Amino acid sequence: MKRFLGMVGTRFMEFVSYAGGISVLMGQTLFWAPVPPLRKRQIIEQMSKIGVDSLPIASLISLFTGMVLALQSAYQMQRFSAEMYIASLVAVSMTRELGPVLTALIVAGRVGASITAELGTMKVTEQIDALETLATNPIKYLVVPRFLALMIMLPLLTVYADMIGMLGGYTVGVYKLGISHGLYMKNTWTALKYKDVFTGLIKSYFFAIIICIVACYEGMKAEGGAEGVGRATTSSVVMSFILIIAFDCFFTALFYFVAR
Amino acid sequence: MIEIINLCKSFDGHKVLDNLNLNINTGETTVIIGRSGCGKSVLLKHIIGILKPDSGQVLIDGKDVTKMDEKELSALRLGFGMLFQGAALFDSLNVFENVAFNLIEHTDIARVEMAKRVKECLALVGLKDIEEKKPAELSGGMKKRVGLARAICMKPQILLYDEPTTGVDPIMGDAINDLVVELHNKLKVTGIAVTHDMTSAYKIGDRMAMLYNGKIIANGTPDEIKHTKDPIVHQFITGAGKGPITEGIDFEHLIR
Repeated sequence: MKRFLGMVGTRFMEFVSYAGGISVLMGQTLFWAPVPPLRKRQIIEQMSKIGVDSLPIASLISLFTGMVLALQSAYQMQRFSAEMYIASLVAVSMTRELGPVLTALIVAGRVGASITAELGTMKVTEQIDALETLATNPIKYLVVPRFLALMIMLPLLTVYADMIGMLGGYTVGVYKLGISHGLYMKNTWTALKYKDVFTGLIKSYFFAIIICIVACYEGMKAEGGAEGVGRATTSSVVMSFILIIAFDCFFTALFYFVAR
Repeated sequence: MIEIINLCKSFDGHKVLDNLNLNINTGETTVIIGRSGCGKSVLLKHIIGILKPDSGQVLIDGKDVTKMDEKELSALRLGFGMLFQGAALFDSLNVFENVAFNLIEHTDIARVEMAKRVKECLALVGLKDIEEKKPAELSGGMKKRVGLARAICMKPQILLYDEPTTGVDPIMGDAINDLVVELHNKLKVTGIAVTHDMTSAYKIGDRMAMLYNGKIIANGTPDEIKHTKDPIVHQFITGAGKGPITEGIDFEHLIR
């Protein structure tokens, strides 16, 4: 019992220390973000790495998700001869839920892992210490450009994934289930409200913050050589996934009760 | 003048620096010797303010580094140059961008001037025409020399060397020693080097101090250290397997 309580206490302290570390890094990032100079070249480089390079995988996953969503709902809706509502279902599910969450998970796995590995390697090879000795703040130099790039690119990728997902649904609805082009488009537009896209985008802004801060925090506290960097990368992806899903649940509930 | 007063630092309950006191004279190169993992690099990082002590002071010309805020530390660090053990060159930047890092970040001098300055610094460390190369394309010795060129680019008053000869072959190690001595003579900087390479220590040091169990146990000229009566210092500088440092440690099992 004593050992169990000790273990619980240790875990709790670890959690508090982690949450504290994340909050401090978040505060420092927000403090340094508006301080000049704005590193345009680095921000654009990161935007390309985070956004443009993620387009193929985001396209593939959202296209298939849209198609699967249409097929699965067709399976249920055929019973009530309500196939024409597939368009509305795909549009609303993609924009409110699947677009933001899937894109965030893709980016956390692809970009978050790479940020942690890069910063972790810099940490263990003393490059972050070197930055400090060269009178350059590592948060301003390393975290802020990634933070701004993610804040810009994740919502854009989300809108793109929403559209590709709907295209997937359209392909199945029109070419496989025989819904007419006009009806599918009409049902999509009727069902879709600004609020749906907007709530999805709010989620993606928060997911961008989670991915960047968790990835940078894990990278900057990595220690113990290559093994430590590997551990930090795994931990970064796992923690981002957990936080994305948890915050998604929180925001979905919030929008359901508050912004109905 | 750098004064380190009663400096204490612990990691996970393990005391690495224990009421350490040391004075470093301006214009001299002081070499801090000690066993691997005894806290030499930790001491160096306290001098430049990367690590904060648990207690104690580091005074540089009377100003306490441990009490400085971000802005004061940045201004102080512009007067420092540091050579890291593994050179710590930025992988994503080429040699030019690495050497000119401080010029790009903290000055607005023209690109032509910058190129001239980088060329001069690279020439001082015996390198040329490698500005476009990435650190991954350089050998260990070249990386160290580029690291040194980066450290001297802003014409610092204080140069810190973390194991300058570790990880390079003996010939390159000696070339780096010559370079450190030459830079010291040319630039008249205050140097602090930490090393466990005694050849290097004798060659580059005007003074030597030994760090043991978190304290400075000996401080003197290389000649004084060489002829020390202290059994701990004597064992270290002669590299003897048996003596007070290794008392109670059984090395026999290694050869059994």
